[in-house]
Amino acid sequence: MSESGKVIFLHVGLVALLLALNFVLPAYHHGNIARVMVLASYAIGYNILLGYTGLLSLGHALFFAAGMYGMGLAIRHLGFSPAPALVMGVATGAAISAAIGALALRTSGVAFMIVTLMFAQAGYLTILLFGKWTRGDEGFVIQQAERILWGIDLSDANNRYLAALVLFAICLFASLYLVRHPVGRVFVAIRENEERAQLLGYNVFCYKLAAVVASGTISAAAGAVYGLLFGYAGATFATVQYSIFPLLWVLLGGMGTVIGPFLGAVFMFYLIDLSSGLTNAYMLIAGVALVLLTLFAPQGIAGEIRRRVWGWLP
Amino acid sequence: MDFGPYLMLATLEGAVLAAVLALMASGLSLVFGVMRVVNVAHGEFYMLGAVFAWWVTSFVGGGPALAFVAALIFAPLIVGALAVLADITILKRLEYDPERTIVATIGLLYIMQQVTLMTYGADARPVVPPFNARLALPWLEWADGGLQVFWPWGLSITSYKLFVIIAAVIVLLGLRLMMTRSRIGLLMRASQLDSETAQAFGIPVERVYALVFGIGAALAALAGVLIVPIQQAHYLMGGDALLLSFIVVIIGGLGSLGGTIVAALLIGLSDGIISVFFSPTLAKIIATILVALVLVFRPQGLFGGRAR
Repeated sequence: MSESGKVIFLHVGLVALLLALNFVLPAYHHGNIARVMVLASYAIGYNILLGYTGLLSLGHALFFAAGMYGMGLAIRHLGFSPAPALVMGVATGAAISAAIGALALRTSGVAFMIVTLMFAQAGYLTILLFGKWTRGDEGFVIQQAERILWGIDLSDANNRYLAALVLFAICLFASLYLVRHPVGRVFVAIRENEERAQLLGYNVFCYKLAAVVASGTISAAAGAVYGLLFGYAGATFATVQYSIFPLLWVLLGGMGTVIGPFLGAVFMFYLIDLSSGLTNAYMLIAGVALVLLTLFAPQGIAGEIRRRVWGWLP
Repeated sequence: MDFGPYLMLATLEGAVLAAVLALMASGLSLVFGVMRVVNVAHGEFYMLGAVFAWWVTSFVGGGPALAFVAALIFAPLIVGALAVLADITILKRLEYDPERTIVATIGLLYIMQQVTLMTYGADARPVVPPFNARLALPWLEWADGGLQVFWPWGLSITSYKLFVIIAAVIVLLGLRLMMTRSRIGLLMRASQLDSETAQAFGIPVERVYALVFGIGAALAALAGVLIVPIQQAHYLMGGDALLLSFIVVIIGGLGSLGGTIVAALLIGLSDGIISVFFSPTLAKIIATILVALVLVFRPQGLFGGRAR
């Protein structure tokens, strides 16, 4: 089989496997995997920036929350139906990521991380400030009646799983398409050596901005769908913790691989799920994982697979 | 209370915050200046300082004063030793790569915070201040055609808060003397300027780094010990402190110790004053955005010279 064939086979295979799981999984894991697929979409968005463009953001919770609140507030206060609300969420995310990107990309390296962290923190505080509309930390519930998209009730477990799978498949293939497209190649060139990419005549700033917007928009889409599928929007999703999670998933799964974010999200989700049965200090697992990963496996799971077995993994 | 005394009270409260902030931020600034490591776990060292202070004072008998002195000595030592250990086992092995150390210190942050949650618990616990006399403060006002001294109700500061301010000033002077006058300070400055050349001249750069990381953490812990009689020790107290010290270090210019202290004064005082007049959340939002913009448009800080 040609390399291209293998790549398509692997990713279509993953989506098919997830579709098949819909019919066999017990209820508890069925719900979990639905959640993981939405979170993995968030991680896919993050990976475009970290894995392919080499920019480490500590403020992606802002984009996730922008999608979630853009969607949620439109339903709650403007009386939107789900479809336009979703569009609203994604558009909010795109606009905010463009604005943040234009500012933050004037810095690089460590300063970029801190600036994104600061903007995300300002975003979180803004949600608290407008507690009258956003209900702050407490958050608000999106009623079942407001979650019917084109006649499909998204609060039903089966529909929710399939909707999550649709989002995941769109993000997975969009990301696969992007990294094999010439634009994605330029992203990688910037990651490997920014000065050389500039010397070759690419407008590095524009490409980096495009990467931030693509990444932020996918993250916002994941946030909007998360809010719609699970019927809740809260300020917790804008905290630093939700900026650290995608970093963790991508590092664990393997940055710069299309399939890695999903692997990382599944592993970490179940690791935290298992440990939260034992202790309420479940974030300890996340901390230990971060330290061990940076020390011993900076390539992550899919990175190791690529290095040892499948050199063609995109 | 009238406006004048009210403002003075806010200024005094701000000065206490500024003192603690200056200690903590100079630790962060020292680590960034010498090692080029952004220590995201710095707030947790502060939290550990406060928690160890509670722990030490609850074990040592002989009155609050003796217990507090013991905490003042042991808590920074324990935290400094932990930081040295973290440096040797983790940061050194990452070869102090800026981006990877950030990720590793985020991991350390969660490890310290969650281990504290598992052992110390989720409660906020107080430490009794060693002395806490209430000092009323006078206020001058024009009345009946002449300047008169009077003692407005509520305008006062405790002796402990004054002690915090004085202690911070002494420690910061000591730190400055160490950096400029002592041999170890010379080694630190040499490693900061050019670690490879320093190594070539026989300076044990790795040991200097471990020491710097330890001192930085101990400064944060000291700040934690000093604040715990005013605020209680809680496992989540590191987050806000970290954000504030980031703000201070960035405004002061990354890695510049003098700038850090000026910025701590500015932020501490203005935080006390601004939060009197605005909603604290709004004040925080404005501060965070301003700082991000400073980093974007003036990365050398407001007081720093040109970045090398």
